Amino acid sequence: MSERKIRVLIAKPGLDGHDRGAKIVARALRDAGMEVIYTGLHQTPEQIVETAIQEDVDFIGLSCLSGAHMTLFPKITALLREKGAEDILVTGGGIIPEEDIPLLKKSGIAEIFGPGTPLDDIIDFHRKHIRK
Amino acid sequence: MDLAEKVLQGDRRAVARLITEVENSGKLAGDILKALHGRTGHAHIIGVTGPPGAGKSTLIDRLAKSYRLLNKKIGIIAIDPSSPFTGGAILGDRIRMSDLNTDPGVYIRSMGTRGHLGGLSRATADVVKILDAFGMDKIIIETVGAGQSEVEIASMAHTTILVEMPGLGDDIQTIKAGIMEIGDIFVVNKADRQGADRTELELRAMLELQSEPGLWVPPILRTVASSNEGITSLRDSIEIHYSHLTSSGNLDKHNYIRTKQEFLSIMREELIGLVIQSELSESQLDGIIMSILKRESDPHTEVSRIIQRFSANR
Repeated sequence: MSERKIRVLIAKPGLDGHDRGAKIVARALRDAGMEVIYTGLHQTPEQIVETAIQEDVDFIGLSCLSGAHMTLFPKITALLREKGAEDILVTGGGIIPEEDIPLLKKSGIAEIFGPGTPLDDIIDFHRKHIRK
Repeated sequence: MDLAEKVLQGDRRAVARLITEVENSGKLAGDILKALHGRTGHAHIIGVTGPPGAGKSTLIDRLAKSYRLLNKKIGIIAIDPSSPFTGGAILGDRIRMSDLNTDPGVYIRSMGTRGHLGGLSRATADVVKILDAFGMDKIIIETVGAGQSEVEIASMAHTTILVEMPGLGDDIQTIKAGIMEIGDIFVVNKADRQGADRTELELRAMLELQSEPGLWVPPILRTVASSNEGITSLRDSIEIHYSHLTSSGNLDKHNYIRTKQEFLSIMREELIGLVIQSELSESQLDGIIMSILKRESDPHTEVSRIIQRFSANR
């Protein structure tokens, strides 16, 4: 029996300690049948990328509420490219101003899920974009 | 270069891919494991089990760091339960092991049980092999938070550590059969909490009843993993146990039993796959189940019928 299980890393880069949103997304993806690895708070980009590689995840979901997303998110996509792991899709969530989104997407972030995004939209996105 | 080759050369991404392949029972898995088998058998496999919240993950984090001081390479397999309803899982053991994430001498993999009972996941044995071939000196397996009968770890690991904490149940719990019998080393973690003396005393009373001359007597250690207390003595005890296993010939015995179990379970899985593939389509299976449900037939009759047909067709 061969079954492809979707694996997602939910990560909290940087210094903010607010992870209720990250945990709610983790729980929703779990209930959608996915395996969710949660890093815990205060992770460096290096820790997140190395964890994603060891865990062979399909997706990384970044949560940032400190305002440092323009530094941290692109650092993570750059590190993934450096390690030849750019096939891992990266999404983000948290307090992210509308005008930052195009720049983040240019840096390799696949999607931004702002406050109020229905959980079903997030689940659907992961199902649709699973790595071949 | 194929995946097996890359694993042997130390490519972490290849290790990660291969683990996914065996977890998903992918097509490549069997051939790669064949290629790796000759390079396995060097690692010391350490199991860590105990109730949820006893501090297994934190203890493993500190133990791994302690082994890193001796330049040992450490593989960690951390298992958490999968949902019996959706198959999803939250794998959160790494939260306690963050400092190890970027250490090139450590490889951590989280796994969901995916319906497997016993405290491990079906693919655990294969993942141990991969990490062994990858050159890890110590492979530490963290079981799911275990209750009373998740004892599978004892046949997987050379050294099994049972982690307890103060304040869980009375001394009757320690004389029940099951998990209390599988510890090679007992740890009372969170020993700075009230009740540690009593927990240790109860464990000691239990062990005195089961000790036999000449056999390994499991030590009872106190740790406070969060502040790194007692970790070095734990590491020392693990090493003493391993030399005891080697010198007593029990290591060979253990490896023999484990290899036999592995062989038989692969055989079972392959045979079932073969029979189902050649004799049982989805609709036939459906028909059989319906007739069993309606009490027109029974499972034993149906299974022997299929096996007879299978042997006749050979």
